[in-house]
Amino acid sequence: MDKRVERKSHSLGERYAAMTHDLQWETTYQSMDRVFPFDRYEGIKVRDWSKWEDPFRLTTDAYWKFQGEKEKKLYAVIEAFAQNSCQFGVSDARYVNAIKLILQAIAPIKYSLHRSLAHTGRHLRGDALRVAVQMQASDNLRHFQNETHAASVFNKYFNGLHSAPALFDAAWYLAPFKSFADDVASAGPFERIVAISFSFESLLTDTLFVPYMSGAAHNGDLSIVAAGFSGQSDAARHKMLGIETVKFLLTQDPANLALVQRWIDKWFWRSFRLMPIVAMMQDYMLSKRMMSWKESWQRFVEAPVEALFAELAQFGLRLPTGWAQACDSKEHLSHQAWNVFYGYGDAIAVHTWIPETDELNWLDQKYPDSFDRWYRPRLAHYAQRQAQGHRFFNRSLPMQCQVCQQPMFFTEKGNPRLIAYRQTEHEGETFHFCSDHCDTIFSNEPAKYQQARLSSHTLLHATDGGAKADLLKASLAASHLSNGRDQGDFSGSEDDTNFSDWGGGQDMKEAQL
Amino acid sequence: MSNVFIAFQANEESRPVVDAIVADNPEAQVVYSPGLVKIDAPGKLVIRRETIEEQTGRPYDLQQLQINLVTLSGNLDEDDDTFTLSWKH
Amino acid sequence: MSVTATTNALLYVGWDEHMMFATPIVLPMSLDTRFEELIHTALPSLYGEHPDFKLIDWSKAQWFQGDRLFTPRMQATLAEQGFGHKAVLRFRTPGLEGLRGSCG
Repeated sequence: MDKRVERKSHSLGERYAAMTHDLQWETTYQSMDRVFPFDRYEGIKVRDWSKWEDPFRLTTDAYWKFQGEKEKKLYAVIEAFAQNSCQFGVSDARYVNAIKLILQAIAPIKYSLHRSLAHTGRHLRGDALRVAVQMQASDNLRHFQNETHAASVFNKYFNGLHSAPALFDAAWYLAPFKSFADDVASAGPFERIVAISFSFESLLTDTLFVPYMSGAAHNGDLSIVAAGFSGQSDAARHKMLGIETVKFLLTQDPANLALVQRWIDKWFWRSFRLMPIVAMMQDYMLSKRMMSWKESWQRFVEAPVEALFAELAQFGLRLPTGWAQACDSKEHLSHQAWNVFYGYGDAIAVHTWIPETDELNWLDQKYPDSFDRWYRPRLAHYAQRQAQGHRFFNRSLPMQCQVCQQPMFFTEKGNPRLIAYRQTEHEGETFHFCSDHCDTIFSNEPAKYQQARLSSHTLLHATDGGAKADLLKASLAASHLSNGRDQGDFSGSEDDTNFSDWGGGQDMKEAQL
Repeated sequence: MSNVFIAFQANEESRPVVDAIVADNPEAQVVYSPGLVKIDAPGKLVIRRETIEEQTGRPYDLQQLQINLVTLSGNLDEDDDTFTLSWKH
Repeated sequence: MSVTATTNALLYVGWDEHMMFATPIVLPMSLDTRFEELIHTALPSLYGEHPDFKLIDWSKAQWFQGDRLFTPRMQATLAEQGFGHKAVLRFRTPGLEGLRGSCG
C-alpha cells in the first residue's frame, strides 16, 4: 500500500463494533419477525446475536479498499498475460482442458452462490453476520467474474470455452455441480452458511485453489493462478465466518447441535462429491507435475480438518460421517474420474487423452499401491485400441446417483474391484445412490431429492427411449457445442494442431524448467 | 499438537510478512512452491505489525496482509497490532 | 410412476469387475422381455466390445437382483422374476477379471 497509515484513534475492535453491532436497531413499524421471515423456520435457536463477531473484524470501508487493491493487482496480471500472448507459453495445450473445467463447473457455482448468499445476507437477523455474509456474496460474484475474465483470453484460441452458462444447465457431467448449487439455493439461511462457509470452504476448497493453482503456475498459467490465489484470500474470510458461526450456534443453544452436525455430515459429503474433477485435474491435466491429488488431500484436507475437528470436539461435534470413506478414496479418486471422462470422451466439452509414458510412471510413483494394479492396465488397453484406430468411446447411458448426481463410478470403501450400489424405497419408487452417505441425505429430506432430474432419465424421455447411442453427445448440441471440435480425443484436435502451429509451449521447453 | 498454517502469494509484498513471521515464531517452517509460500507452526503463529514495520521501514496496516493471503488454518484473533492463529486443543 | 409390463421400464445393468464401462448402464426395457432375450440381444450391444465378453460362459455367470443373488429362469420375463421399474440387474463372470486383470 502506498498510502500513509495513520495511528487510529479507535482500536480495530471498536471500529468493528461501530460499523456492525452499533448500526443494528429493533424495528418498530414492523415486527422483527416480519422483517426477517426466514431465520426461524429451520429450527435453529439464537438468543444473543451480539455474540457473533467476524474474526477478521472487517468493516465495509476496509473491505472495499482491500478488494479494490486485489483487483488492481489481479487485472494487471490478466492484462499482461493477454498482451504478451502468454496463452502460448503454457506447458502444453492439454492443460487448457483444466481451464475449461473451471469455467464450466466452478465459475457457475460461484455465480449461483453469490445469489444464495445475497439472500442469506439479507435474511439473517444478526447484523455482524449479515455484513460478513454480504461480503461473501460479493466475493463470489467477484470470483465468477475473475475466473471468466482470466478464461476469456484462452477462449480466443481454444475450443470448449464459449458456452459455459448453457452447458452448466444441460450437460450430464456438470449435473453434480448444478445440483449442488440448486441444493444450496433451496436451503435455509443457516444451512447455507454451514454448507458453504463451513463445509465447502473450510474443509475442501483449498485443494482446488492452493496446490492445484500452484501446479498451474508451474505449467505457465499465471493468469488463472493469480485469479485463483486472489479468490482464495476471500475464502479465508469465508472459512473463518463459517467456523465462527458453527461455534456460535453450538454455544447459543445445545439443541442446535443435532441439526448442525447433520448439516455438516450432508454438506461435507456433497462437497466431497464435487472433488473427482479436481482430483483428475491435479493428476492428469498438469503436464509438469509436482504434487499428486493424494498428497494435496493429505496436506490440505486430512491434517487441517482433523485439527479443526479436534478443536470443535469441545462443542460436541465429531468428524463428518463420510470422513473415513473420503480419506480412503484418495488412492483411487483421480484415476476413476479420469476413466469416466476418458470413456465418455466425445460426450464432454473437454478433451481427454492417454498420458505419456513418463506421466504414467509418475502416477505409479505417487500411487504405488493402486496405480499399476488397477489403472495403468486399463490405460494400456485404451492406448492399444487407439493405436489400432478404434479409440474407445463409451456409448452407454450412465446410471447416476439420485442425490449427488455423479455417474455411479465410485467403488466400495476398501474394495476397488466393486462399484458401490445403494438403494431405498420411497412412496413406491426405488431410488439409487452411490454411497451410504447419499442414501442418508435422501432419507433425511426425501421430498427434496425425489424431484431431482437425472440427465440420463431426462434424455430418455426426450427421445421416447429410441436410439440410445450418442444420446449424451447429442445433448451437448443444445449448448452450442460444435461436433468434433469441442469434444473428442486431444490428439488431432484443433487445440492440439493449432497449439503446435502457433509454436506453443516452446518457452517452457527451452527453459527446461 | 496440531499445526496452524498461513499461506501467501509469493511476491515482494508478502516477503517482509514472511520474514517477520520467521523472526517471531522460531518453530515456523516455510515451504515455497510455484507462486505460493506456506508457513506451518505447531499450535500457534503470531504476526506482529511492529516486526513487519521493522522489515520494511514503513507503517503497515495488518489488515493489508489479506491482499496477498491465500489461505489459513486455526482460530483467528486479530487486532491492530497482532494477527494470531492458534488451536486450544 | 406406474409402469405396466407392456411399457418401457428403466433397468440398471452392471457387469461387476468390468469398469471399462465406468458405471452401471441405464437401459429402457420392456419388463415383458424374456431373460434369455436380455442376455443374447441387449447385453452384447452394451458390452460386446470388451475383450472378455466373447469369453463369457453364461452357464457360470452369477446374477444379482439388487444385492440378492438369484438364479434366473431363461424363458421367464423380467416382470415374472420380480424386476420392476428402476430395478438393478448385476452379473459377475468368475474367472474374467477385466482388462489385463485390472477389473477394468
